[in-house]
Amino acid sequence: MDAVFQWLTPGVSDAAHRTDVLFFSLLAITAAVAAAIFAVVVVFAIRYRASSTVDRSAPPAQNLPLELAWLAALLVSFLSFFAWAAYDYRDLYRAPADAMPVYVVAKQWMWKLQHANGRREIDELHVPVGQAVRVVMTSQDAIHSFYVPALRLKQDVVPGRYTSIWFRATRAGEYHLLCAEYCGTQHAAMRGRIVVMEPAAFARWLEAGPHEPGLAQRGFELFRQYGCSGCHSTRSAVHAPELAGLFGRTVHLADGRSLVADEAYLRDSILLPKKDVVAGFEPIMPSFAGQIGEEDIQAIVHYIRSTRRE
Amino acid sequence: MTYLGEGYTLRSWLSTHDHKRIALLFAISITAFFFIGGAAAAFMRLELATPAGDLVSDDTYNRLFTAHGVIMVWLFLIPSIPNVLGNFLVPMMIGARDLAFPRLNLASWYVYMAGGILVLGALISGGVDTGWTFYTPFSTMFSDSHVVLTLAGVFVLGVSSIMSGLNFIVTVHTLRAPGMTWFRLPLFVWAIYATSIILVLATPVLGMTLTLVAIERVLGVGIFDPALGGDPLLFQHLFWFYSHPAVYIMLLPAMGVASEIIPCFARKRIFSYRFMAYAIIAIAALGFLVWGHHMFVSGQSAYASIVFSLLSFLVAIPSAVKVFNWTATLYKGRITLSAPMLYAWGFVGLFTIGGITGLYLASLALDVHLTDTYFVIAHFHYIMVGGSVMAYLGGIHFWWPKATGRLYPEMWARVSAVLVFVGFNLTFFPQYLLGYQGMPRRYHAYPAEFTLLNVFSSCGAAVLAIGYLLPLVYLTWSLLRGAAAGDNPWRATGLEWQTPSPPPKHNFEDTPVVEAGPYEYEGART
Ligand code: HEM
Ligand SMILES: [Cu+2]
Repeated sequence: MDAVFQWLTPGVSDAAHRTDVLFFSLLAITAAVAAAIFAVVVVFAIRYRASSTVDRSAPPAQNLPLELAWLAALLVSFLSFFAWAAYDYRDLYRAPADAMPVYVVAKQWMWKLQHANGRREIDELHVPVGQAVRVVMTSQDAIHSFYVPALRLKQDVVPGRYTSIWFRATRAGEYHLLCAEYCGTQHAAMRGRIVVMEPAAFARWLEAGPHEPGLAQRGFELFRQYGCSGCHSTRSAVHAPELAGLFGRTVHLADGRSLVADEAYLRDSILLPKKDVVAGFEPIMPSFAGQIGEEDIQAIVHYIRSTRRE
Repeated sequence: MTYLGEGYTLRSWLSTHDHKRIALLFAISITAFFFIGGAAAAFMRLELATPAGDLVSDDTYNRLFTAHGVIMVWLFLIPSIPNVLGNFLVPMMIGARDLAFPRLNLASWYVYMAGGILVLGALISGGVDTGWTFYTPFSTMFSDSHVVLTLAGVFVLGVSSIMSGLNFIVTVHTLRAPGMTWFRLPLFVWAIYATSIILVLATPVLGMTLTLVAIERVLGVGIFDPALGGDPLLFQHLFWFYSHPAVYIMLLPAMGVASEIIPCFARKRIFSYRFMAYAIIAIAALGFLVWGHHMFVSGQSAYASIVFSLLSFLVAIPSAVKVFNWTATLYKGRITLSAPMLYAWGFVGLFTIGGITGLYLASLALDVHLTDTYFVIAHFHYIMVGGSVMAYLGGIHFWWPKATGRLYPEMWARVSAVLVFVGFNLTFFPQYLLGYQGMPRRYHAYPAEFTLLNVFSSCGAAVLAIGYLLPLVYLTWSLLRGAAAGDNPWRATGLEWQTPSPPPKHNFEDTPVVEAGPYEYEGART
């Protein structure tokens, strides 16, 4: 990466290739249209220059059929590109069920990441080739944005909520991880790298180096420590929802809405319990806002996620 | 006696109610701010000539791009064409003796200057580092720079915008000369009218939003900061609800200018006048419905993003109609490529490229990659700087003989039009490539593989700077030495050309009676 110039950052996922195809298709068509317009302007400017004596009789003030044809052509081509791009966009938010979760907390000016087995990283994300990875992110301070040009992927990282994105890298290598949302003094230095490894090498990497008992295990300890289990366990006298196997299920709420339990929902339930009250329960759960750090919340979320209903 | 001869004292200028003199007050002030904002950009381009952050510190760089953005948007682009050319021309174009509220017009200039001084005060006392977008919670909780003073300045500038917008709306409704029906209005007047409606409807939302930011910052009331129970995306929605229409405030007047210059130097009626007028209205109206396209990766609902994407494609249609019609106007014309015409076509060309790349950004999956990179920087500079500033310069040249009674040196003017066009493309085209490579905006240091394109861009900026400085020199020279222009050197048809140059204080001896549309050039009659 020492060159001072490159033509194109290589795309290293299928989604990145799709984005490139969309880009170059748009480029081909719009460049042709722009070139045609410029050519017409130049031809007119020469042909109808003041000193020429060409035929100028009956200049049109309007030409309705021509104008409507231009409108129709614009409408059809714009709608096609809109639909194409919207279709691809939708896929960026539909992670496959087997995606490997990675939790990210951004802060001025670093990326803190944790893997399911408890291994933590700073400003680096190791992932295996060919495996879908789902990144669940939040920020401790300002808004940041998780940007990997080689994946053509970017998602703002917003304090107070989870945002997520997924990808499946198809080529091993090291790629830039950049912060794309201005976040203060060292915004430009908030850079890291994504290291895409062969699966075996990744497995070795994951086991080597410091890691804790495992994110779910730590989450379970926190679950007990903060007293969650006092209410949310089968033996509890308090009428509170059972959490085992909750992740991914449809939840019906007291106000008639329903939603699918994802990471963002679990987080909100811990910090803003009054926001989405489950049907059939009293809103008696206290808020834990300000008491649990973002990384610990992620551990608890991951613990709940990893439980199965007996 | 001409309006210029109505008094030579400073006092006579600072207390004038004449729309033409107020236009010149605005012209001088915005020119000064343009070069201050430009100086900030020059330092940024110098810094970016190498990948390391070696010329200025990161904090300084952040203050530079904030100053650049705030000054260029609110102190230059928004007031530029409306308050200078609009002020000078709208009354004359509709056959009126002045704007509807001459004192309000002067007050608008004083309020503008007050806002400018507040902003400059914030810069001199240490600067602001939030970016011109003031995103929360950074601006409310994390920035320790002069945010509130800057917000106050921008708020005051918004008041000036509203005063001017209101004045134009009332003027166009009530002061049209007999026979000046809506569909005989020059397209420039249509453009200023539509712009004024946006100014009046959107600016209050900006004022309110900035006030909320100040309240959260100073009083700690939770509005946008999630740590206080607020919602940071709410700020983005409110900000872009103003700031997207605001980009049309900067663009529509430029379209109006091009629509005056092109028929004049093609000696032909503008092609499809009514579609041109409808397109202006369509852009102004649809422009209110697309703000969410700045937030495709912000975490807003994917369904909202899809709707905003669709509407963004639709707003491009009236713009494309206009490009088509300007081109068709040339057909069977009698074309002279004089300086204003070169500027006008420079505008059309750069605007076309900027508009087309807007489609790329409106394409959802592509925007995920391109947003917040140099691609966006290139896109909006093509439209706002390439487009609007070129049109503004074109207008300044076109109406210069009217305002001053002097001709500028034609050869130099053509040279500068070409220099600006070439310099602009050298500066900003590489930024499209950088954006697709993945270089984020607002970076004071960057990975090495972006170096070469950044060097091109910085060299282009030097050419562009010369292109912008040249007119300052030869236009000033022409004030003193330029040949007398005569009343209508371009043989143009607008009512403003039927008065002496420079015009007398009240524009018209007798109120003109209008009997035809605005572009009755020779080619229209054969
Ligand atoms: C031809 C129609 C246009 C379309 C479809 C379009 C589309 C877009 C889109 C989708 C974005 C968001 C990019 C992003 O943040 O990722 C954008 C940004 C922007 N556009 Fe346009 N645009 C058009 C015309 C204009 C015009 C006419 C102007 C100004 C006169 C303009 C000025 C801007 C600015 C200032 C930004 C970025 C602001 C910022 O992030 O600081 N656009 N445009
Ligand atoms: Cu950041």
